Amino acid sequence: MMKVTRSTTAPAPALGAPKTRKAKTTGAQRRAVFLFVAPFGVLFLAFYAVPIIFAVVQSLLTVERKGTFGPPRQVFGGFVQYQQVFQNTEFWESVGRVLLFGAVQVPVMLGLALLFALLLDSPLLRGKKFFRLAFFAPYAVPGVIAAIMWGFLYSPSLSPFDAVTSEVNFLSAELVLWAIANIVTWVYVGYNMLIIYSSLLAIPTEIYEAARLDGASNLQIAWRIKIPLVVPAIILTGVFSIIGTLQLLAEPQTLRSFSSAISSTFTPNLAVYTTASVPNYNLAAAFSVVLALATFVLSFVFLKATQRKVSQ
Amino acid sequence: MSAATATAAKSASAPGAANPRGPRHSIMSRSAAMLIMGVFTLYFLTPIWWLLVSSTKTGGQITGTAPLWFTLESVPTFLANLGNLFTYSDGVFGRWLLNSALYAGLGALLGTVIAAMCGYALAKYEFRGREAIFNIVLSGVLVPATALALPLFLIFSEVKLTNTLWAVFLPSLVSPFGVYLARIYAAASVPTELLEAARLDGSSEVRTFFTVSTRLMAPALVTIFLFQFVAIWNNFFLPLIMLRDQVLFPVTLGLYAWNSQISQIPELRVLVIVGALVSILPLIGTFLALQRFWSSGLGAGSVK
Repeated sequence: MMKVTRSTTAPAPALGAPKTRKAKTTGAQRRAVFLFVAPFGVLFLAFYAVPIIFAVVQSLLTVERKGTFGPPRQVFGGFVQYQQVFQNTEFWESVGRVLLFGAVQVPVMLGLALLFALLLDSPLLRGKKFFRLAFFAPYAVPGVIAAIMWGFLYSPSLSPFDAVTSEVNFLSAELVLWAIANIVTWVYVGYNMLIIYSSLLAIPTEIYEAARLDGASNLQIAWRIKIPLVVPAIILTGVFSIIGTLQLLAEPQTLRSFSSAISSTFTPNLAVYTTASVPNYNLAAAFSVVLALATFVLSFVFLKATQRKVSQ
Repeated sequence: MSAATATAAKSASAPGAANPRGPRHSIMSRSAAMLIMGVFTLYFLTPIWWLLVSSTKTGGQITGTAPLWFTLESVPTFLANLGNLFTYSDGVFGRWLLNSALYAGLGALLGTVIAAMCGYALAKYEFRGREAIFNIVLSGVLVPATALALPLFLIFSEVKLTNTLWAVFLPSLVSPFGVYLARIYAAASVPTELLEAARLDGSSEVRTFFTVSTRLMAPALVTIFLFQFVAIWNNFFLPLIMLRDQVLFPVTLGLYAWNSQISQIPELRVLVIVGALVSILPLIGTFLALQRFWSSGLGAGSVK
């Protein structure tokens, strides 16, 4: 109470302002807010909002020519591009492919990350610092580099594990999707593990002591106390994984030099890139819009669904 | 019974102390845990080890010798490979490293300051439109960056700025997730009383932010910096679609370009392997140097 009165009345005589404001924020504070928010605001507008609007506008245009050899001209085409998107089987195959990928890879990756985080948090392990660093190290490897490394490891002629790779061709049409899943898992398990682990560390240890006094085993403590308490962290990693899955590009694009089984429309983003290189910017823009909407809806639904489960 | 209570009480009062309940765990579950972690350590480290070993070999030795161990001439071969890497095609690889350092290093640094200011304002000031701005930023977190790459390319080509440094640098500055983290941290770690006190002392709002608040938010700022550094360093679609001139490439795009030429120019294989090793060292170094910060800051995003 003291502070509020002081902060509102004190500046008034000092500045000699003709009127005293009752509002909590002073003019100086309002200027400061503007200074703080403006840089991000401008950049966000220029490089987030405007591109989104621009993509939507582009996706509503279509290229028209007068006669066969007339100059191309962009005219309003309504939902022509979206019709094409919905009729484009290659695009929907690529969407189906990454959804299948996500349905398998995301649970496996987050399951492993949770297991490692729980083990790191348990009294069973020695050398925790080493394991934490070793498991996190692949996160420092960019997707392109990881794909190059694993590309060499997979390829039958170069692999150090030729006993395996001469029998099983990881770069074949049937397996290459899972070969990519392995690369993504390799890179991101440690990162997700750390997010979950650091939220495990935030749980007060008294809770475990109480549970132990009640005769709970390690497994019961993990299952009934630790996992429910780190659900928000798991949700966060889940949302990021879903966004990442739909955006797959670097790994498949790089692996194309190792495997002919990856088509130019293997993932939605590859389809965007290929279509833009044609160049058919309007259709590529429509792909981008559909992809962004799908990502947004999927992560939003996931957030809502898991929140409901948690509150129940 | 009383002994159990005593140990429990002891460890509750000193949470950091050595675990007193150790002997109760069977050797079975201990070795199972160590076995799982050991096997996965091999999984995570073998590819990096292979990369390290392979970078000390000539093109023929990569397939001809034991893949996971060094040869007798490892050191001179490695140095020769490094020399070739930095001289090939007029030393373009060094340029790529510098570009990546510029895009990711400077971009993340500026981006962190910008995101921190915005998140801080959202947390510590009450003004009209605050919730609206925060909700827009939050939806920005869910918009995939790659969906923006193509429209950004179209916009930059309108103003004739594709194939320039700016085309990759400027869009990389925006990090809605950074704003989100900064807001959470500022709300939790900068006491409003402190800001009031600074005001009474006559410190301007901006000065208070840079001298007092940033210090309190330091762990969060390092986390935001790292997130953004990695995001820019790993970004592939934006440079792929924006840049034609290989002098402007970041190191990932450069290595990608070399890798896709291996079938025509086989000697590039060794350069790609050595280049991959050299390109991941800065990131591993950054992570190790800043470990103290990120290991505590990473979980912040999930705090409600």
